[in-house]
Amino acid sequence: MELPLLAALREDGSIDPDLDPKFDGEILLLLFRKMVFLRALDEKGQHLQRAGRIGFYIGAAGQEAAEIGSGFALRKGDWVFPSYRDQGAALMHGYPLPSLVGQLFGNSKDLTKGKQMPNHWCDRALCIVSVSSPVATQLPQAVGAAYAARMRGEKTAVIGYFGDGGSSTGEFHAAMNFAGVFRTPNVFFCSNNQYAISTPFARQTASGSVAAKAAAYGIEGVRVDGNDVLAVYTVTRRAMERASEGSGPTLVEAVTYRMGSHSTSDDQARYRSAEEVEEWGRKDPIRRYGGWLKKKGLLTDQDEAEASSSAREEVQRAVAACESAPPVPRESLVEDVYAEMPWHLSEQLEWIREPIAR
Amino acid sequence: MTAMTLVQAINDALALEMERDPRVVLLGEDIGKNGGVFRATEGLWARFGPDRVIDTPLAEQGIVGMAIGMALNGLRPVAEIQFSDFIYPAFDQIVSELAKFRYRSAGQFTAPVVIRTPTGGGIKGGHYHSQSPEAYFIHTAGLKVVMPSTPADAKGLLASAVRDPDPVIFLEPKALYRTAKGEVPEGDFTVPLGKARIARAGEDVTIVTYGAMVQVAEEAAALAVKEGINPEVIDLRTLWPMDIEAVIRSVERTGRAVVLHEAPRTCGFGAEISALVQEKAFLHLKAPVARVTGFDTPFPYSLEKLYIPDAGRLLGAIRAAVDF
Repeated sequence: MELPLLAALREDGSIDPDLDPKFDGEILLLLFRKMVFLRALDEKGQHLQRAGRIGFYIGAAGQEAAEIGSGFALRKGDWVFPSYRDQGAALMHGYPLPSLVGQLFGNSKDLTKGKQMPNHWCDRALCIVSVSSPVATQLPQAVGAAYAARMRGEKTAVIGYFGDGGSSTGEFHAAMNFAGVFRTPNVFFCSNNQYAISTPFARQTASGSVAAKAAAYGIEGVRVDGNDVLAVYTVTRRAMERASEGSGPTLVEAVTYRMGSHSTSDDQARYRSAEEVEEWGRKDPIRRYGGWLKKKGLLTDQDEAEASSSAREEVQRAVAACESAPPVPRESLVEDVYAEMPWHLSEQLEWIREPIAR
Repeated sequence: MTAMTLVQAINDALALEMERDPRVVLLGEDIGKNGGVFRATEGLWARFGPDRVIDTPLAEQGIVGMAIGMALNGLRPVAEIQFSDFIYPAFDQIVSELAKFRYRSAGQFTAPVVIRTPTGGGIKGGHYHSQSPEAYFIHTAGLKVVMPSTPADAKGLLASAVRDPDPVIFLEPKALYRTAKGEVPEGDFTVPLGKARIARAGEDVTIVTYGAMVQVAEEAAALAVKEGINPEVIDLRTLWPMDIEAVIRSVERTGRAVVLHEAPRTCGFGAEISALVQEKAFLHLKAPVARVTGFDTPFPYSLEKLYIPDAGRLLGAIRAAVDF
């Protein structure tokens, strides 16, 4: 079954009326600036890692439309179960930049006390759930959170993010199947960026589409141009509304491209051609959306340059405010394992109270 | 007090907790209309409805993953895994997710899930209806592991587990579901987690055990008494974090310890208990800490009785400890 690839932005500056979110100029520009900001943040993350100032970074270059468009479609009280590449969606859901940057450094500015490597943040107050590295484990959890919300009669929806690699896991299957059976208020947002580290999408599935799998689970499936921020927004917003109204879950596949390596530990040149990267580069979602805004007379080259420089400055300020903070206290090693510290951890705490003299 | 079997006590605890707290929900395979394959949830579907007693599709990682999400969002789920032998599809959810939420979010997110699962041998179930997986979960920081041996403890410990802020793996000795009968307090009743029970007081040797092996220990103790040896039997009840004080206090008096469990020997929980005893009570020991355990083989079908420690095997270890 071939699902159409929904797109809103047209080359001539017009928009598909079916997918038009009918935003005013201010919001249209806001989305552009957020995409530019995410690119600047990710560039800084890479630089910090290369300079040895943080240990690791995962960027989302090329996926800004999917991140910003879907993140803007969330409402206060909606739960987010992100993967490690969804800092853009988290920022759109209100996650503060200082928290995000603090997490990269894992020092006393990190709300999660340096417990996890970079890109594994969370914020309970915003219902942005703690990220883990195992792929797609968050999806059945998103079903449970949605079940709980519905049980209390809340008009919210729960979105679970994952990638094309995640669509091969048992957890993906379990989550789609459970969501279908229980008709939970869920949206499953697949950023199909064509690669799981080095493994191309064709090696994940012979079905040609992640969204097509929705039919087998009895849930809605939508395939959207993941490099089209307005189409992504509209599709995700509709799915979230549908979920919160009790009309059932949706599997959204945003077809996009990971323009960079999987992470700072990966080298994409080992497994794909420069021509391919260049070809997708021409579909760069920021350039594409910027061009569309310019055609509409909403954006000038000067605005674009200003958006870019102010984004870099904001990121730089956040980094400067975090980087020199003191390290996390030694005691935090054994804290937060249980609600109350059991005897064996109290013993182990004694072993680390003072550095061992040499 | 009412006389109940162990499985009836489990059912009683679940009903009372659901009555007490509307956030408590049950989920698992065949637990609704059917009341669970061991009937632990019998009658609860009719009483509390299908939204709170949830029959799920057959997928353990889905059950545990869903339970985690429910707990993150304010419910108190009690998941049933039909046999602990079938818990492995959910291993990633338990070890990488459930156990780590509090730590990895520095306390922002917690997942107070109880996973109930029938465990251990003695029902002619072969490899896949008989194993004892406790060591995997004890080895995983962030989990509590509980295993009752009496109906009263099953009720009281399960109620405590449901109310506990941390995830609890609640192992139910399936061999005792209907064979263990005893007086159980009526109404609200809890047994604190982390506290062992002296199942039998004695002074010559300390037997440290839990679950279905408590009965074996009591049987062996009765035989030992005839030989002039008076063993103390400690039923741990909470395997982890274990009641180290109760064990050490006892071994300091008896000077001898035998650890008994039906799980395989190598890297079994007995190895940890043995190490702790020699670390903390070395100068009191009159004999090496002994282990009486299952074998380092898959759980057998025909030779089940040979595999599971019995009173005779334990008695041998008790004698050896006393005669050392």
